[in-house]
Amino acid sequence: MDLVGLLKELLFDYTLRTVALGAGTLGVVSGALGSYAVLRKQSLLGDATSHAALPGIALAFLLTGSKAPPILVLGAAAAGWIATLLMMSIVRTTRIKDDSALGMVLSVFFGFGLVLLTFIQKMPDASQAGLEKFLFGQAATTLERDVMTMIALSALVLVTMVAFWKEFKLLSFDPDFGASLGFPVRLLDVLLTTLIVVAIVLGLQTVGVVLMSAMVVAPAAAARQWTDRLGGMVGLAALFGALAGVSGAMISSSAARLPTGPTIVLCVSAIVLFSLLLAPNRGLLWNWVRHQRNRRRLQMAAVLADLYTLASQHETVEHAHSITVLRAMSAGRGGVEYSLKELAARGLVRQVSPADWALTPEGQEEAERLSK
Amino acid sequence: MPAIEVTDLTVAYQHRPVLWDVDLNVPPGVLMAIVGPNGAGKTTLIKAMLGLVRAAAGQVLIYGRPYAEQRRLVAYVPQRGSVDWDFPTNVLDVVMMGLYGTLGWIRRPGRREQARALEALGKVGMQSFADRQISQLSGGQQQRVFLARALVQDAQVYLMDEPFQGVDATTERAIVQLLQDLRAAGKTVVVVHHDLQTVPEYFDWVTLMNVRRIASGPVAEVFTQQNLRLAYGGRVAFLSRDGYAEEPAPTTDRAAESVAASGEG
Repeated sequence: MDLVGLLKELLFDYTLRTVALGAGTLGVVSGALGSYAVLRKQSLLGDATSHAALPGIALAFLLTGSKAPPILVLGAAAAGWIATLLMMSIVRTTRIKDDSALGMVLSVFFGFGLVLLTFIQKMPDASQAGLEKFLFGQAATTLERDVMTMIALSALVLVTMVAFWKEFKLLSFDPDFGASLGFPVRLLDVLLTTLIVVAIVLGLQTVGVVLMSAMVVAPAAAARQWTDRLGGMVGLAALFGALAGVSGAMISSSAARLPTGPTIVLCVSAIVLFSLLLAPNRGLLWNWVRHQRNRRRLQMAAVLADLYTLASQHETVEHAHSITVLRAMSAGRGGVEYSLKELAARGLVRQVSPADWALTPEGQEEAERLSK
Repeated sequence: MPAIEVTDLTVAYQHRPVLWDVDLNVPPGVLMAIVGPNGAGKTTLIKAMLGLVRAAAGQVLIYGRPYAEQRRLVAYVPQRGSVDWDFPTNVLDVVMMGLYGTLGWIRRPGRREQARALEALGKVGMQSFADRQISQLSGGQQQRVFLARALVQDAQVYLMDEPFQGVDATTERAIVQLLQDLRAAGKTVVVVHHDLQTVPEYFDWVTLMNVRRIASGPVAEVFTQQNLRLAYGGRVAFLSRDGYAEEPAPTTDRAAESVAASGEG
């Protein structure tokens, strides 16, 4: 399908429009809130919270017998929230560290959720089918009504985040200092974590409990590569999340049997890969280029110094020397010929014969300047 | 009225006491070091004074009233290593955090706060670094940014946790000068310190700790060989200016006199 056709469908096709809008919204809110999770070294919080939401979904169904998304999402939110608070209090009151507390809570809740899910599937009633879609998400079943709920909740989350911008920044950077100023950091911690839980739960129907943590961590990690400001990071992460959500929804709709949730996660992973490699300053590619450039500059200086050493053993500076000698002097460094050509291009050396090179007067000055 | 008055302060982690029945009485306008071996509870003492760790018992009064009522009078400089310096923000932003308390909820820092933060950065010689990413700072520069964040609070009492840790000699001198300027302005400055050798030179008051308070008072009176032995368990190797001294030799005349006096008395 061509791009124009796809865009047209995005605007006019009800299902695709709904799915893309939902995925985009979840991308914005999980990207923005995920930034805080990443900066506070709670990247795995998303993983624990989303997995822990599963028993909540199952219990909500068992208690109400309803499969209406708002009810199931409410159950998910309650279980995710309880699990997250449990994790925080384990860390605070025992000697158990974050990662272990996280592992414990995640596995216990998720295991319980799977047990409940299996139990539900074995129930004689036929109406139970379809809960397992929360494992990997099923965007196609998203209704416009669901999307409206998502947008409203996302707006609430984002408004709260912006309102407490200064407080959340302080909490993320230096909570002890914040407490010394009189801010109730534990309360702020619970508030911020609650917002993150809401962001995660919003994505469960579309992306599923297993892959949702990627939507929390990946956009934020990618955004961190491009900016050194908190505002920039949060904004960019929201943008990346939206981009991944919408493009994932579009790609999966253009091909048969391509699940939306995993496609969205693949899209966001592509953004992360691109950012890791190509972002200015922090990108691996630019690091490599800088490294190479430095190496070459050092090599050139070394060859120039070698030539200068050789020249100083003769009466005239312009005495030519064989490249073999220079190669021997720079054993292990390599790139002698390349360096000579670069130096010649700058007028610091000249090629006397195919194998012989000599310093120019400028080259001599430069070598003397460098050796000082 | 004392600037800081601590009574019976006790803190325990998992039933192990880290601070035991500590009393402290710091008059206004002194520059005081808290020294003691590792695990002596120096950092915990500061954190307990600020209410950052829960005290099992005891109370802390700042100018005669509980700390919670006197927050505006106190500025805190945590250990440099307690935060992630790769956080996406710049120097000016970090210094402005010192004003978040007076700004209160929701309100954002504006032009006035920026001007005050720049002024504080000027006092630590970092004004030209205002726009610098904090990840690009050296250890000494990080420490000075933290000091500027405390200065901008314009407090009466400054509690600092190892401000000299990992800074070079030049920065250390600059920080000492700053602390002495604060004292000259009538502020009370309490510093967790590690280098015994510089105590008499930098500070006029000292508290020796080892879970309990060993001694507290003017350097000339309490920074004695006997108290150091009590705090450090008798194995203190003390390096004086003239080289390695067998006995802990006080490094200023004032302190020398006092040791002589206490020896005679």
